[in-house]
Amino acid sequence: MIAIPLSHILILASILFVIGFVGVITRKNTLFILMSLEVMLNAVGVAFIGAGSAWQQADGQVMFILILTLAAAEVALGLALLIQMQRRFKSLDIDLLSKLKG
Amino acid sequence: MISTFIELNPLQLTFYFAALLAIVASVKVVTGKNTVHALLYLVVSLLAVAVCFYLMGAPFAAGLEIIVYAGAILVLFVFAIMMFGLGQDETLHAPSVNDRIYGTKVNKFNLWLGPFLLALLLLTELVYAINSGEIQAKLTSNTIDAKQVGILLYGPYLLAVEIASFLLLAGLIGGYHFAKPEGVGLERKKDIGEHG
Amino acid sequence: MNDTIIPLMTESVLAFLPIYPLISFLLLMGFGKRLSWRVAASLSVGAMVLSALSSVFVISQLSVGDPVITSQLWTWFTLTLAEGANQATTSININFYLDGLSAVMISVVTGIGLLIHVFAAAYMKEDENFSRFMAYMNLFIVAMLILVLADNLVLLYLGWEGVGLCSFLLIGFWYQEKENVMAARKAFIVTRIGDTAMAIGLFMLFKELGQLTIVDITQSAQTLWTTGDDKAYWIALLLLGGAVGKSAQLPLQTWLPDAMAGPTPVSALIHAATMVTAGVYLIARMNSIFLLAPEVMTYVAWLGAATLILAGIAALAQSDIKRVLAYSTMSQIGYMMLSLGAGAFSAGVFHLMTHAFFKALLFLTAGAIILALHHQQNLFKMGGLLKRLPFETALFAVGLICLMALPGSSGFFSKEAIIAQLWSSNTAGPLLWYCAIFGALLTSIYSCRLFFLAFMGESRFEQNLQPSSSKLLKLSLITLAALSLVGGVFSNIIDMSLTQVFPLVARSAESEPNWLHSVAIATPFVGIVFSWFYFSSYRRKDSAGSNLNNFSESTSGIANFCRQGLGFDCLYYWLVVKPYCSLAKLNRSDIFDQLIMLNAWYVALCHDVLKSSQTGKLRWYAAAIGLVTFLLLLALNIDALSTEAS
Repeated sequence: MIAIPLSHILILASILFVIGFVGVITRKNTLFILMSLEVMLNAVGVAFIGAGSAWQQADGQVMFILILTLAAAEVALGLALLIQMQRRFKSLDIDLLSKLKG
Repeated sequence: MISTFIELNPLQLTFYFAALLAIVASVKVVTGKNTVHALLYLVVSLLAVAVCFYLMGAPFAAGLEIIVYAGAILVLFVFAIMMFGLGQDETLHAPSVNDRIYGTKVNKFNLWLGPFLLALLLLTELVYAINSGEIQAKLTSNTIDAKQVGILLYGPYLLAVEIASFLLLAGLIGGYHFAKPEGVGLERKKDIGEHG
Repeated sequence: MNDTIIPLMTESVLAFLPIYPLISFLLLMGFGKRLSWRVAASLSVGAMVLSALSSVFVISQLSVGDPVITSQLWTWFTLTLAEGANQATTSININFYLDGLSAVMISVVTGIGLLIHVFAAAYMKEDENFSRFMAYMNLFIVAMLILVLADNLVLLYLGWEGVGLCSFLLIGFWYQEKENVMAARKAFIVTRIGDTAMAIGLFMLFKELGQLTIVDITQSAQTLWTTGDDKAYWIALLLLGGAVGKSAQLPLQTWLPDAMAGPTPVSALIHAATMVTAGVYLIARMNSIFLLAPEVMTYVAWLGAATLILAGIAALAQSDIKRVLAYSTMSQIGYMMLSLGAGAFSAGVFHLMTHAFFKALLFLTAGAIILALHHQQNLFKMGGLLKRLPFETALFAVGLICLMALPGSSGFFSKEAIIAQLWSSNTAGPLLWYCAIFGALLTSIYSCRLFFLAFMGESRFEQNLQPSSSKLLKLSLITLAALSLVGGVFSNIIDMSLTQVFPLVARSAESEPNWLHSVAIATPFVGIVFSWFYFSSYRRKDSAGSNLNNFSESTSGIANFCRQGLGFDCLYYWLVVKPYCSLAKLNRSDIFDQLIMLNAWYVALCHDVLKSSQTGKLRWYAAAIGLVTFLLLLALNIDALSTEAS
């Protein structure tokens, strides 16, 4: 029985990654950028799980757990920063944060 | 191609369907205008990916994906949006008619053109890279269950678990600090200043 | 023992000659403001006294059997000529060389210098920068002594530049007035042109002969070159250029009248007695080279004659007493040049000495008069000073008598000596004799004009006079007057010492007319008689129909032209100054600086280009990361891609 080939899984991961990447670049609303980041993280998780499954090792799932943890911490902090941004700028436009220009 | 499609067994069929669903849902997340709708689409995407995980022989990961990712992280998203009013429509800050990009007037096409091209290139590249290696490995359908993951976690990866807990602690404290309402803590600072 | 001690002592005395004023200079510059007038004056004058005594002693040691005294101070450097067949190495050292010519020069420099220092100590007493003034005067003496005592041309050039520097410092002594600084600058720049010519001459000399020590040059030149040699011609011409600049002869004479902006002792010392004679000294010292280039000697003579006449004409139209004396100096140095050009070296040097006496006297007396008249220098505002300042009038008259070369005065002996040798000289000739006679005529005319305007006629100066009562001042003036009157007795001594230095110059075999001497002696008297009648309005007391207020200089075109030095200033302005200034204006942004700034401009351009990539927008940076990832994967997989494609 041939299960799903690893290359297909990796292609799925790449597609999801690229979709998330486009979202990060294009969207102005910081919330959407965070959501796109989640999509990208998810895609990376897919890749790891696929790799672990292909080599029949549980390390892939362990890595996935760590990524999950990372995503949780990142979302918490990101949303908190978003709240601060909303308070200071009254909007979530990421282009307002360009003090490092030049 | 169609012949290979018909020769698929149910497992593979389900996998490809779930993958397609994940992709479509992600696209709708990225291009959405309404915040909550986008979040819901993200949930769908995550659930679809969980299905994929199960079909890959990683039930524990699938469970975690649903419980933690879709069930905790995204719920956090939703609650934050609802409680702090972050979910204003993007159309408020969408590019207006008068904006200019690359010297011409903004419309849907040229706003997405650059990023789309870049992403396409990246994708093509990744696909090539994947296919060029000897990654066409034969998979067995043996599942890796929770017990194996647990043994690994509390064995070689123990330190990583502890560090992950540090990370969560940092996230917790940072989240509290940044999100606390205005005025809280200032009086305390004043008290300390008087005494110290 | 005596045989060895005295020569050793002489050498060390000679070596120390310029050191006394140098030490005085250093002390005065170091402690200047804190010294009282008494201390500063005694320091500077004392140094001069020591130098004068040393020079007397050293000169007394010169004798017929021992015509040269040398003194070696320090080694300096060696020069090697590595070109051609002449593999010459010459060592340039700080050595002093005393022969008859140097003896005359140091006696003039230290003697007259001492008297002028005494005068200056009294004259500049009230000036707040007294120490600085005396310091510069001493430094000048040091430089001049180095110039005349140098045994090689490099050391001479050092002294040459030193006197130029001191001239600049002293002319612009009252630097708070802009005209003084402009005059100092003009003097420096014009003499610089001459100095450059001289430097080129030195380079050529070294290249041709491989020597720069004067004694060696004389020997090599006489052995290597024949008379009329091309190289001697050019070198002599270049040295003449240097002499012309320093001695204010045509065409570089424009700086001397403006140099009268300095204090009067400066005009007396530098621009009458010493610095302007440096050119004469140079030509006399390098006589061996000049004798090998007879055409250049003719040029020298003609330059001298032209300057003589030009300066005489200009002096006739001046209204400032010091400018008259400046043009007179120019004219008299023309005489010296004329005599050198004619081959009468001894006569020229003797005239240098007597001229130093009476010109210093004239300048210093003029200074005393100007001081008494509250710094009034315009002749047309003076008059009738015969009654009001009898002492100064008498001294000035003595000076003028010597200037006009009336019989019995020292000027008579020296000038007649020059004129006598002009007719039959090989390089001069009868035409130049006529020029010299005409020049003498002009001299007497402008001298009488000066005397009448300042001392006779109506007194046009209404305020009270304040003649100086300083004994020092009077003493120095009287000494100079005495020297001017009796200086003629030195002629024999001078001749004797100079014959050792100068070779006999061949003269033409033609016999001279008999009336030469009588005409020469009579010329000043003719001039006096002419002026008596022509300038009668100046000297008469109550000239009918003339108003005191209308008494001023003639403003006709010719008079103006003569007053401005016969248009040379104007010529140089249009020929040199204006084009140079417009070129400088054109290059105001300095093209070479712009070329270097090109580098900075390029860097700034790169910076701007790179800066535009820092937009501060997060999404831009994220896109950049994606782009770089793509490029990186491309680079890593490029072989894989190509093998897959093929």
